[in-house]
Amino acid sequence: MSQQYPALLVIVPLLSAFAISIAGWVNKRLCFPIIVTALSVVVYASIGLLLTVLEKGVVIYHLGGWPPPVGIAYYVDHLNGLVLVVVASVALLNVIAAKKSIEQEFPDKAGPFYTLYILMVTGLLGIVVTGDAFNLYVLLEIAALTGYGLLAMGEERAPLSSLNYLYMGTIGACFYLLGVGYLYIVTGSLNMVDIARLLPPLYQSRAVLAAFIICMVGVWLKMAFFPLHSWLPNAYTHATSAASSLIAPLVTKVMVYVMIRLILTIFTPEFAFATLALNNIVVWLAVIAIVMGAILALAERNLKKMLTFIVVAEIGYMVGGAWLGNRAGMTGAILHIVNDALMTLCVFLVVGNIVYKVKGYAFENLQGLFRKMPFTMGAFVVGAMSIIGVPPTCGFFSKWYLIVGALQAGHYGFMAALIFSSLVSVVLFFRIFEICYYEPFSDHHGHDQPPEPMDEAPLTMVVPLLIVAVILILVGLYTGDIVNHIIKFAIPEGLV
Amino acid sequence: METITSIKPLLAVLVSLLVTPMLVSSRNPNVREGWTFVAAFIKLAIVASMVPAILQGTEIVYTVAEVLPGVAIKFKVDAFGMLFALVSSTLWIVTTIYSIGYMRGLHEHSQTRYFCFFAIALSATIGVAFSANLLTLYLFYEMLSFATYPLVAHHQDQEARSSGRKYLLYIVGASIALVLPAMLICYNLTGTLEFSKQGIFTGTESHATMLVLLLMLVLGFAKAGIMPFHSWLPAAMVAPTPVSALLHAVAVVKVGAFSVLRVLTGVFGIDLLARLNLGTVICYLAAFTVITASLIALSQDGLKRRLAFSTIGQLSYIVLGVALLSPKGVIGGMTHIAMHAFGKITLFFCAGAIFVATGKKNISEMVGIGRRMPVTMVAFFIGSLSVIGLPPTGGFFSKWYLVQGTLQADQWPMLVVLLSSSLLNAAYFFPIVYKAFFCTPEEAMFENRVEEAPIWCVVPLVITAAGTIALFFYPSLFLKLAELAM
Repeated sequence: MSQQYPALLVIVPLLSAFAISIAGWVNKRLCFPIIVTALSVVVYASIGLLLTVLEKGVVIYHLGGWPPPVGIAYYVDHLNGLVLVVVASVALLNVIAAKKSIEQEFPDKAGPFYTLYILMVTGLLGIVVTGDAFNLYVLLEIAALTGYGLLAMGEERAPLSSLNYLYMGTIGACFYLLGVGYLYIVTGSLNMVDIARLLPPLYQSRAVLAAFIICMVGVWLKMAFFPLHSWLPNAYTHATSAASSLIAPLVTKVMVYVMIRLILTIFTPEFAFATLALNNIVVWLAVIAIVMGAILALAERNLKKMLTFIVVAEIGYMVGGAWLGNRAGMTGAILHIVNDALMTLCVFLVVGNIVYKVKGYAFENLQGLFRKMPFTMGAFVVGAMSIIGVPPTCGFFSKWYLIVGALQAGHYGFMAALIFSSLVSVVLFFRIFEICYYEPFSDHHGHDQPPEPMDEAPLTMVVPLLIVAVILILVGLYTGDIVNHIIKFAIPEGLV
Repeated sequence: METITSIKPLLAVLVSLLVTPMLVSSRNPNVREGWTFVAAFIKLAIVASMVPAILQGTEIVYTVAEVLPGVAIKFKVDAFGMLFALVSSTLWIVTTIYSIGYMRGLHEHSQTRYFCFFAIALSATIGVAFSANLLTLYLFYEMLSFATYPLVAHHQDQEARSSGRKYLLYIVGASIALVLPAMLICYNLTGTLEFSKQGIFTGTESHATMLVLLLMLVLGFAKAGIMPFHSWLPAAMVAPTPVSALLHAVAVVKVGAFSVLRVLTGVFGIDLLARLNLGTVICYLAAFTVITASLIALSQDGLKRRLAFSTIGQLSYIVLGVALLSPKGVIGGMTHIAMHAFGKITLFFCAGAIFVATGKKNISEMVGIGRRMPVTMVAFFIGSLSVIGLPPTGGFFSKWYLVQGTLQADQWPMLVVLLSSSLLNAAYFFPIVYKAFFCTPEEAMFENRVEEAPIWCVVPLVITAAGTIALFFYPSLFLKLAELAM
């Protein structure tokens, strides 16, 4: 059983997608139990896989028994073992939380929605688990196509935003494919480990250089790295809560994983950092991403859209950290994949709850929410603290590693950008807290006024949210263990 | 030095945090306040149970989690931390009594929220007191900043909103923009953030680096109110008076001063500061704050605002004392945390009692109030004696040590600062007391009949006033702790 974990990760959700789409015709109420069961199996398998990796080291699984480089190999090490657990858990928690809002927003289309949902999760898990550069492209398209569908199911403007995303996403994926094609031409292999073995003598080749840069640009487009971010805010804002709280935490983070995989495994740090000497430029781009993300977020008067710009800024954190070219920065970037997925999930679930109850997410809809929805807002505060970077929430610790990395690399601009973004986040979130807390204004200090009744979202929405909020703190407290036992081994020893 | 590992510091921190679900779920206010008392007494009991061990010179440590290489979330109870924790947890009990009288007396809204965040704030305060390293201290410092925000903004009106903004801007802004980078730079230079008497630096760093780091850390802990990072404190006076009393005279502001002292004694170390001659810089910053704040206090008519500026001045006494880098100065600075706490909380209690009983906030409206509220105004007199530093009150001792500290350090200008500030203190407190009791019948604004605030308000201020006097006769515990902390 445990040898089959890597296959289970992809096959279980893929097959249950069929089951769900059939169940959607037969009896809609069956869809939810099936998807929860499937995702629970995936979470179980991903945790089992991570434990196996921790115990025995890298797990290599030959799909269908075909050995590489002919067959597709799934390759799980500490890096994607960790990311797999995150993807699986986020997908599971989100689907439970989203049940009510799906029933509210499109009761007739629950079947198709769940089908797309789990196909998307299949794609994301596949991207992370695979050790084959071309297979990664295929799964990238699965995740992307289902993603366009999910995002288009939202408000009036959602199809248009989704179409925009489709154009940009397709261009990004094509770039990646082109890069992989170049690599195939020079090495004759598509297996990542194999390519890495064949590449070192070719480091000076123009084709390899082109492959690397084209792949990078493609991945940056897919992760919305400023200034290639323009598709993201609208696509995520106009989508339904259930879709945006799956896609916002995961898609960009999985693409960051792909970038780190390209740097660490396929091209190796020696090539990416030493041979190319692009670090400084990319980190400065990241600085611009962080600063611009923060400023654009400040300009929004709409909670969900503001959060999407925060996502853009956070991408800058991870790209910058990875490109600092030292161990601390890379540790911060990988840790931030985990943390940012969780805290983005947290704040987007909050938006889901608010939309469910208040039917809107503009700032003026948020008045009096601390009274109306205390648990949701409590979780929101924790999520906000994590984004600001207040200990002991996990966001602080990844920021810490990133800044230490910046100091060690002597890149003070990146450090300043991170501090600036923290300060702006304080403003961003307390601006919202103020509306939720003070407005509508009461007179005479609010003495003797009957408190407004509580009107909290249903339990199935609140409990997963509170679990995420607690996880944010627990992950923060266990940062030491995560770094020492997992991330430390995910980074090649050559990188110091 | 002997160390014991014990979970007690963690429990002392957590007890008031764990009681919050009880507070929220209590339907009956009396049950709710009952839980607060239970937490407050357990907290004091846990803290007090560690006193004997500390007095024998041992330290109590407990590591929660090693979060970063070489830096853990870790508690260490030493004499200085104990001094501060003892003061805060004792005064929490008194303030809880007072809060009941004040909040119910004024029919305040959202009392459950109020008591909850008060409990959380106390957890954070004890957490700061028992922190073993800069990271843990920063953690609880930020927790305190955010826990006090709803208390400052309790009234939820426009004024509370703008004051809340100012509060966040100064306190959170400074800690993220100054303390966090400074902490990271220290970590990057030394690989540790653990407090120790020798400091964490090897001494090979350049003078300029040390100066910049020192200023970033001292000013970044803006709760200490060193100018120009002081103006959040008068703004925070919009909060209900018990909040001003415990948090903005004791817990929050002293957490600032405490953090600065930890930076001076634990991060840099007295010896290094003396060698690099950096103490003087801090001395002059603090001295400037002492004098300026006292001068501004003179011109304030709002009683709570005058007390706030007085607090700003007194906080800098604490910093000044330690920055003198002489043994007596350090003892004076540290004991001033305790002595000023008892005196100033009494004064705030009195201000609140006057507001509850008469609705008056301004000093100019308090002429002749001594006849209406004699007990309160006598307590006010005792409190102001302590803040000025006159016997028979505890404040006399800390001032005495501070003055000796200036002589020991051969810092004559600082002696002048201390003495002239004492005169200024007298100048802004005595007229209030004088006008309260001695005025012609025509001037008196109150009828000649005794009518005090509710008993729940009066008892606490009598207790703290008595405490202020008791500290004059029995200061030995706090002095001993301060001496041990040297």
